[in-house]
Amino acid sequence: MLEKLLLNHYEAAAVILSGIGLTNLLLQRNLIKKIIGLNIMDTAVYLFLAAKGYVEGRAAPILIENGSGGWLTSSSLYVNPVPAGLVLTGIVVSVSVTAFALALTLKLYEHYGTLNIDEALLKMTHEQEVLEEKITKAEEEVLA
Amino acid sequence: MNEEIKTIWRNFFNWIMGNGPRPENEVIPPEPPPDLPFTQKPKDKYSRFHEATLKERYSQWQEIHGLHIFSMLYSGLSVLTCIVIVSLLLATVAELPPFGDEKNPANNEVIRRYVEHGGHETGAQNIVAGLILDYRAFDTFGESAVLFTAAVSVLMILGISRRNIFPDKASPKAAQTGENYLLRAPPRLHVFKEDDAILRAVASLSIPAIILLGCVVVINGHLTPGGGFSGGAILSTALILCANAYGFERVHKFFNEKTFIVSSSTALMIYALSKGYSFFTGANHFHSIIPKGTIGNILSGGLILPLNICVGLIVAGTLYGFYALFSEGEI
Repeated sequence: MLEKLLLNHYEAAAVILSGIGLTNLLLQRNLIKKIIGLNIMDTAVYLFLAAKGYVEGRAAPILIENGSGGWLTSSSLYVNPVPAGLVLTGIVVSVSVTAFALALTLKLYEHYGTLNIDEALLKMTHEQEVLEEKITKAEEEVLA
Repeated sequence: MNEEIKTIWRNFFNWIMGNGPRPENEVIPPEPPPDLPFTQKPKDKYSRFHEATLKERYSQWQEIHGLHIFSMLYSGLSVLTCIVIVSLLLATVAELPPFGDEKNPANNEVIRRYVEHGGHETGAQNIVAGLILDYRAFDTFGESAVLFTAAVSVLMILGISRRNIFPDKASPKAAQTGENYLLRAPPRLHVFKEDDAILRAVASLSIPAIILLGCVVVINGHLTPGGGFSGGAILSTALILCANAYGFERVHKFFNEKTFIVSSSTALMIYALSKGYSFFTGANHFHSIIPKGTIGNILSGGLILPLNICVGLIVAGTLYGFYALFSEGEI
C-alpha cells in the first residue's frame, strides 16, 4: 500500500491536507481560523484535481504551431484540460464563500466583541434570556 | 438471605434518593442565616453530599466537570473522525491509477475530442479558454453570477448596516447636529496614513504596469494562459493599491458603488444575451453570424474575447469590492 501511495504521492498529499483542514475546522474555536481550515480543504481539492489532470511528458493545453502555419492538434501532446476548468469553478466558489463567511464573522465580532464561538454562544444565550424576561414582563403588564 | 437483599436494596434506594447514612467524618456547614430575603436562595444547596439525590448530584458534577469532559471528548472524537476519514481516503488513493500515466481512465475520448477539434471548433488557441467559455460557457456564467451574488450579499451585510450606524455617511446633516451619536460603531478598521511617500512613489510607478498586465492577460485569454478570472484579479490589485496609496476617495472618483453595480450587471447581461444567442443558433443549426477567425490572431475565437472582458470586469469589481467593504464598509 505504501508503494502505491508513493506512486500517487500528490493525491495522498491532497487527502492529508484535506484532513488537516477538516481537523482545523472542527477543533479551532476561533471563527477566522475555522475559515482558514475551510480554505485549506479547498486547496486540497485543487491539488487533487490538478494532479488528476497531469500526464507525464505532455505540454499545457495551448496549441503549438507546427512550423508551417498550422497547429499541432494531436491529443497525445497536451495534458487534460478539463480539471483546469473545474479548478477555476472551485476557486471562484471558494472566494465567494470565504468572503460571505468573513462578512458574517465581522458582524458577529461587531455585535459580541469576540471571535471565539463558545463565548459568542454564551453571550447569545444570555441575550436570549434577557429578551425572554423582557417579553414576560411586557406580557404581565399587558395582562395587568 | 432475604433480609440481606432487603438491606442492600434499602441502601441502594437511599443512595439514589439521597437519604443515606451520615458519614462519621462529615463536617456540617453552618446553617444559613434564617432572615434571608424571600427571593435569595442559599448558595450551597447541596453541601451535604449524602442528602442529595442522584440526579442532583449528577447535575452538580456536570456543572463542575461537564464542560471540561465534553470538550476533551469533542476534541478526541473530532481527531478520531478525521483520522478515520483520512485513512479511508488514503486507502482509496492507493487504489487509484498511477499518477501521470497516459492510460488513465480520465484521459478518455472527451479529452481527445476537446484537444483535436477544440481549435477549429472554437477558434481559440488556448484549449482551456475554449473549454470554459465556449463548450461550457453556461458553467462560467454561473460562476460569474455566484461571484456577483457573493459581492452583493457582502454589500448587504456590511455596507447598508454600516450606513445606518454611521449617520454621518448617510446624511451630513445628522452628523452636524450630532444626533444618533450613541449609535456609532467602533472606529474604522482601515486607517489611512496621509503622507506615505514611499508607497505613493511605488504605486505611481507600478499601477500603470499592473493595469497593462491585467489588460494583456484578459485580452489574450484565448491565446495564452490567463483569461477573465486571472486578469480581473490582477486589475483588482491595481485598484486596491490605488486605494491604499491615495485613499478611498481617490478611487471613488472613478469607481464607486453605482459604477460597480452598473458595470457588473451590464457585463452579466451581455454575457447572458450573447451566449444565449450563440447556444440558440448552435443547438438549432441556424447560421451564426459570429465569425470564428483564424487561430492565433487576437480577433479570433468568436465570442471568447468579449466574454473574457465581461468576466474580467465582474471579477475586478468584485474583488476590489470585497476589499473596500471589509476595510472601509462601503465600495
